[in-house]
Amino acid sequence: MIDYSSLLNDKIQSIQPSGIRKFFDIANEMDHVISLSIGEPDFTTPWHVRQEGIESLRRGHTWYTPNRGFAELRAQISKYYARRFNVEYNPDDEILVSVGGSEAIDLCIRTVIQDGDEVLIPQPAFVCYEPMTVMAGGKPVIIRTKSENEFRLTAEELEQSITPKTKLLILPFPNNPTGAVMRREHLEAIAKVIEKHNILVLSDEIYGELTYGKERHVSFADIKGMKERTIVVSGFSKAYAMTGWRLGYALGPEPVISQMLKLHQYAIMSAPTTAQYAAIEALKHGDSDIEHMREEYDMRRRLIVDELCRMGLTCFEPEGAFYVFPSIQISGMTSEEFCEKLIFSQKVAIVPGTAFGECGEGFARVSYSYSLKHIQEALVRIERFLSENPV
Amino acid sequence: MNKLLEILNKSADFTTAQLAAMLGESEADVKKQIEEYKEQGIILGSNTLINWDKVPDSGVTAIIELKVTPKPETGFDDIAKIVMSYDNVESVYLVASSRYDLIATVKGETIQEIAEFVSKRLSTIDNVIGTATNFVLTQYKSGGAVFYDDSDDEEQRSLIL
Repeated sequence: MIDYSSLLNDKIQSIQPSGIRKFFDIANEMDHVISLSIGEPDFTTPWHVRQEGIESLRRGHTWYTPNRGFAELRAQISKYYARRFNVEYNPDDEILVSVGGSEAIDLCIRTVIQDGDEVLIPQPAFVCYEPMTVMAGGKPVIIRTKSENEFRLTAEELEQSITPKTKLLILPFPNNPTGAVMRREHLEAIAKVIEKHNILVLSDEIYGELTYGKERHVSFADIKGMKERTIVVSGFSKAYAMTGWRLGYALGPEPVISQMLKLHQYAIMSAPTTAQYAAIEALKHGDSDIEHMREEYDMRRRLIVDELCRMGLTCFEPEGAFYVFPSIQISGMTSEEFCEKLIFSQKVAIVPGTAFGECGEGFARVSYSYSLKHIQEALVRIERFLSENPV
Repeated sequence: MNKLLEILNKSADFTTAQLAAMLGESEADVKKQIEEYKEQGIILGSNTLINWDKVPDSGVTAIIELKVTPKPETGFDDIAKIVMSYDNVESVYLVASSRYDLIATVKGETIQEIAEFVSKRLSTIDNVIGTATNFVLTQYKSGGAVFYDDSDDEEQRSLIL
């Protein structure tokens, strides 16, 4: 029998499968589970956007596109980032269309990182940065953001984590799973630290359209002096409810984008053609769709925060994405215990905070990407669970 | 559109505290607003959405088009009033169309019962000059609620990340 482990890459074998897997295997085998665990919009892609995708197929546009993505799409992305976030990118050489934001993150890390380089990853965060860093030969250096800072990255925490080997800082805001956002003043404080060191920043702004309250999301590239050090990653999944189309992009300095392009060219060729046609329509006529969805999320967010706090699952008010990150410490259980008991006794699925890094212990991620009715039913069950499990 | 009414139209089950949280207003204001809507006849009540397709022997529904000659004084209103006075008539609308003027949704035990109701009760009303009966086969969506069960599609979604 072949000993595959001796033939396979040590790094990939050392990587653990996503911590949420086990949990979802439980959820999938149970009937009538009410889930508040999903990480994608519950809306379907706006119809006019879907129609453009369909129309492109009808006309037989089924070939590869240019490696960077259609020129028209890049032109629209350029206009969009300028219009919504005040940063201008040259569509000819500063924009790369990718297969979802995830591919752009992978390309960026692999393009920047070589053996032994350190990548600063604030956690709790989306699960992909750490394994991608490991695969690129880098060393993930975790910065634990704190609930008393509303899970923002502070300049002090950043400064303390930088070493001569630091090459890249990941800025995952608005944040999955905490819903934390970085306001302009917080980003400016980060920028002051970055200025002193020769490092790059990967700003994952995939939830950039989903912020609540008066201030809109501020792109890190909009902070003075930072555009030349920043690779912005975003995409269509969250803003336009287009997760299944798999389309994202990277924006950055030409010398970085051109290197990322080589990797993309050899590994992927070009992002899905149909999705690119649909995305052009989304960028041209989709601003009001974003606003409609954002208002819906906002209403759900206020409901869920209010109700969870009333039940004693306190959470700071999340200002971005579509997640709440309540503390479950009053239960006296670990995150995993809490979520397992909740699903077995009340059939409500939420995600243990530890799935997003060890520092997520004591918290759980609750998604509000569900209809109000669905959220309401789940809340009733969570409250029942708490009353049946008094401390 | 008015947010409060929009939420209530989808579900009447929210407490005023929940509604207040969603709208970012005080509970007292929300209560007061609901009372006002009731007084103004904007909120008339709430009922439960039932998928009758899943209830055995729950009968049939038909959408009836009526072509009428409006009366000199009261126009369409008098005719509509007669149509809506029947208990088995669930809704009546006046529409702008070249083919007909009123549309009524009618429920009955059997197709024959509805056919009989149309020929004996509706088409005999003064000034009704023609009817067309459309029997409902499947209700996909009604009152903003989706009735068509496509849960099989959902199972293919990724639940992680």
